[in-house]
Amino acid sequence: MQSPFENKDFGTPESHASESVTLTIDGMTVTVPAGTSIMRAAAGAGVMVPKLCATDSVDPYGSCRLCLVEVDGRRGYPASCTTPCENGLNVRTQSNKLADIRRGVMELYISDHPLDCLTCATNGNCELQDMAGAVGLREVRYGYDGANHTKSQKDESNPYFTYDPSKCIVCSRCVRACEEVQGTFALTIEGRGFDSRVSAGMSEKFMDSECVSCGACVQACPTATLSEKTLIEMGQPDHSVITTCAYCGVGCSFRAEMQGNRVVRMVPWKDGKANHGHSCVKGRFAWGYATHPDRITKPMIRDAITDPWKEVSWDEALQYAARRFREIQEKHGRDSIGGITSSRCTNEEAYLVQKLVRAVFNNNNVDTCARVCHSPTGYGLKATLGESAGTQDFDSVLESDVILVIGANPTDGHPVFASLMKKRLRAGANLIVVDPRQIDLVRSAHIEAQHHLKLRPGTNVAVVNALAHVIVTEGLVKEEFVAERCDMVSFDKWRAFVARENNSPEALEPITGVPADQLRRAARLFATGGNGAIYYGLGVTEHAQGSTAVIGIANLAMATGNVGRRGVGVNPLRGQNNVQGSCDMGSFPHELPGYRHVSEAGARALFGEAWGVTIQDEPGLRIPNMFEAAMDGSFRGLYVEGEDIVQSDPNTQHVIAALQELECLVVQDIFLNETAMYAHVFLPGSSFLEKDGTFTNAERRISRVRKVMPPLAGKADWEVTQALAQAMGYPMQYSHPSEIMDEIARLTPTFTSVSYEKLDRLGSVQWPCNEATPEGTPTMHIDTFVRGKGRFMLTEYIPTSEKVTKRFPLLMTTGRILSQYNVGAQTRRTHNNAWHSEDRVEIHPVDAEDRGIRDGDWVGITSRAGQTVLRATVSERMQPGVVYTTFHFPESGANVITTDNSDWATNCPEYKVTAVELTLVTQPSEWQSQYKRFAKEQVSMLPQGAAVKV
Amino acid sequence: MHIENLVTMLNQIESFFATEPDHDLAVEGIRLHVQRFWEPRMRRLIIAHVAAGGEGLSPLAVEAIQRLAPVKAA
Repeated sequence: MQSPFENKDFGTPESHASESVTLTIDGMTVTVPAGTSIMRAAAGAGVMVPKLCATDSVDPYGSCRLCLVEVDGRRGYPASCTTPCENGLNVRTQSNKLADIRRGVMELYISDHPLDCLTCATNGNCELQDMAGAVGLREVRYGYDGANHTKSQKDESNPYFTYDPSKCIVCSRCVRACEEVQGTFALTIEGRGFDSRVSAGMSEKFMDSECVSCGACVQACPTATLSEKTLIEMGQPDHSVITTCAYCGVGCSFRAEMQGNRVVRMVPWKDGKANHGHSCVKGRFAWGYATHPDRITKPMIRDAITDPWKEVSWDEALQYAARRFREIQEKHGRDSIGGITSSRCTNEEAYLVQKLVRAVFNNNNVDTCARVCHSPTGYGLKATLGESAGTQDFDSVLESDVILVIGANPTDGHPVFASLMKKRLRAGANLIVVDPRQIDLVRSAHIEAQHHLKLRPGTNVAVVNALAHVIVTEGLVKEEFVAERCDMVSFDKWRAFVARENNSPEALEPITGVPADQLRRAARLFATGGNGAIYYGLGVTEHAQGSTAVIGIANLAMATGNVGRRGVGVNPLRGQNNVQGSCDMGSFPHELPGYRHVSEAGARALFGEAWGVTIQDEPGLRIPNMFEAAMDGSFRGLYVEGEDIVQSDPNTQHVIAALQELECLVVQDIFLNETAMYAHVFLPGSSFLEKDGTFTNAERRISRVRKVMPPLAGKADWEVTQALAQAMGYPMQYSHPSEIMDEIARLTPTFTSVSYEKLDRLGSVQWPCNEATPEGTPTMHIDTFVRGKGRFMLTEYIPTSEKVTKRFPLLMTTGRILSQYNVGAQTRRTHNNAWHSEDRVEIHPVDAEDRGIRDGDWVGITSRAGQTVLRATVSERMQPGVVYTTFHFPESGANVITTDNSDWATNCPEYKVTAVELTLVTQPSEWQSQYKRFAKEQVSMLPQGAAVKV
Repeated sequence: MHIENLVTMLNQIESFFATEPDHDLAVEGIRLHVQRFWEPRMRRLIIAHVAAGGEGLSPLAVEAIQRLAPVKAA
């Protein structure tokens, strides 16, 4: 691996062949893996062959003719990018003849290129400029007066980058990056010969094309043709820092390129092991929220939510919060307060919040936003496999033969991993999609699912059972694997259970809506098609049977022998950047860090001794339990770090009613979010750019978050929690997050070998990372399951209590879209609104016609819980009887409609199934009108000068 | 805490474990789940509800709660 801070382009991709070849390059003996290009081998030996169309993120193309070399015994001048190394070759990269050829090529390029280098955005960082220098170009014999492209018009339609065809050398790097790296195929070279030009879509502007603004083309461009607008505005960066994206659970590594404390651009780091130099529109471009004028940077307090906010010092705010929490405990008991950790904050910060609750509040009333997303994953995978985490690394998908995607929409939710998956699918892997909607993966450029099991919302467990039924009854179980690796008593019970006729595809077809024959073929393909990997998301977990479905998925993987090696496994696609980490850090009310139950005396003693307190042995309240307890008066104070429960939790009106019962709500966030409008203390938070720490992504990869600018409010989030603990009389004294990680490593068996020094050295590691696996664990359960024998569990399908009726005849399901992120607090404050500026409700044309609804109409959505109004998008992606919406904008009130139904094991809300009716309306719902008034009133209570807008 | 919600939650838990053919294992599964995941005030309330007749609860759920350890005083 390169040094984490190096950014060398080797010209062509790395070969992973096990055999090696030895050759001579410019007199040096070089040994490289077979399949390595001469260009890459030379670069590895420190010889940079001039190049323009080659870059190591895409396959070699051999078009620019700049990288020609001489090889003894071969005629002509082969391109070093497309010529593989062979044993015994003798290569020269420099000679008078090669220099003449290269200068000639450069002359042609430069004759059709504007000579505005001094005022060009990439001045000082332009490969064309570099190559002109490298080949010693001194004149252009053709002059500049001939036909050229220098007057071509710019396309500035994309909010983040410009396309200036006058500077294009038609090297096709952008086109190849769009195809090979991103997999969207939005770009092409149109025209022939002199007329050749890069074109988005069908000669469209970038914004009108299929371009998803991932930035791969911009990164690949060797000139200023595709340039970030921030770079054009600000100029070249003066230094860069490697850090980790704070959006989804992929956890991409980025180079934050800086001018002093200002970010110029975020560029995906090619040695990042989760993203390999790729990015999406959020991580690459949507970071402007970090310095948005809406940031609240002063602590504030108030006695009641009807009072104006008062800006105070950090000390006064913390003393106020500490005093009120202590007063509540004195009056209502130790268990009357609690805290919520954030999946957006670092591991160290989540650890400190749960430590504050357990050691200072001295109870276990701590929960986290994973409650509303992947808590069933924690339960289901722990119960069956023995560990609350996915089994693979992302790269494992490149060795999969059959990919089963259930209840996940990777191209929107986890776009960088989706690109990797699509790469494998284009190379021939089979795809089975289980989803009520026709997500993009079902059919997109060069990808088509073999089977799309378009089930009815709420019937995942029935589909999983039917798949298992086919596998068991058609003799497709991997008997040897099961006999060796699994608990046979549990397996025998499970085999008998799924073999029952009521679990057959035919019996379940009327319930699931999935044709039995198609389901049978899908099951056979998964069981017999080679390495079978299952990827799932919130479409599995956010159900009344979310945990049952996770268990069913684990059963399927074990029965087919698809656990414990590369290319297979059970892979939860985690929603937020640090969902995995916040769960690992003991954020659940029943578990200490490392998933040890609070009833385990040994674990309690370990932490108790380290923290100097007695840890309580009873589980604390989950978030929905906190709301219930608030309503009955036994829970009175809450500290919420970086989560917007009012917008993100179901049944908004119930959440608000509970928060209004609290005597003290302390919100720590970077914005006055919806929850903060009900708070008594506001502690300004810090963005991921303002602090040190670590995030753990969906593949258990722990990556460093590095501070690139000082916290706008003066304190990083971990410092705020520490100061609150101190204000409550507890001696919490860390001088740097690395000391917090050292403590985590001392107390958590799966983290014992993790340290900042190691992360700096290796880039990242996947836990378990301990004495047995000091460099981490890409694949889990290799020889044995963490729990010993894999445990099959029975998964009876039980229909949700949320039924369609004559009054509520449609089922609504929810999800997210590529350009926005969860509650939208970050992305709504960026140019990403250019793609998605409002939540809409998608409805099938038949359902729309029945109701007289046309595309763009305002429709009222009414459920048993409430009503809201959104505009309609009529779409054949939907199946009749099912509607869909996103939840990125608070005024949409998507969670005004969702109900209190939740998963039986974890209380994860059933966001994915709500019975509704849609009707044409002409005005916002009553809730929306109230919301607008309330939000406006709350903003007016901010101190004068605050720039927040409603 | 609304006892109606706890009854609903407990019946949901029961319906997962009820598939277990071994009666004792099913009851123990429910008991253990409640013991491990329910905060004491929830357990206290459901125990009291079962003591008062357990209205709305399935028989398996009632049996599991009857086997639940008493909740310590706060």
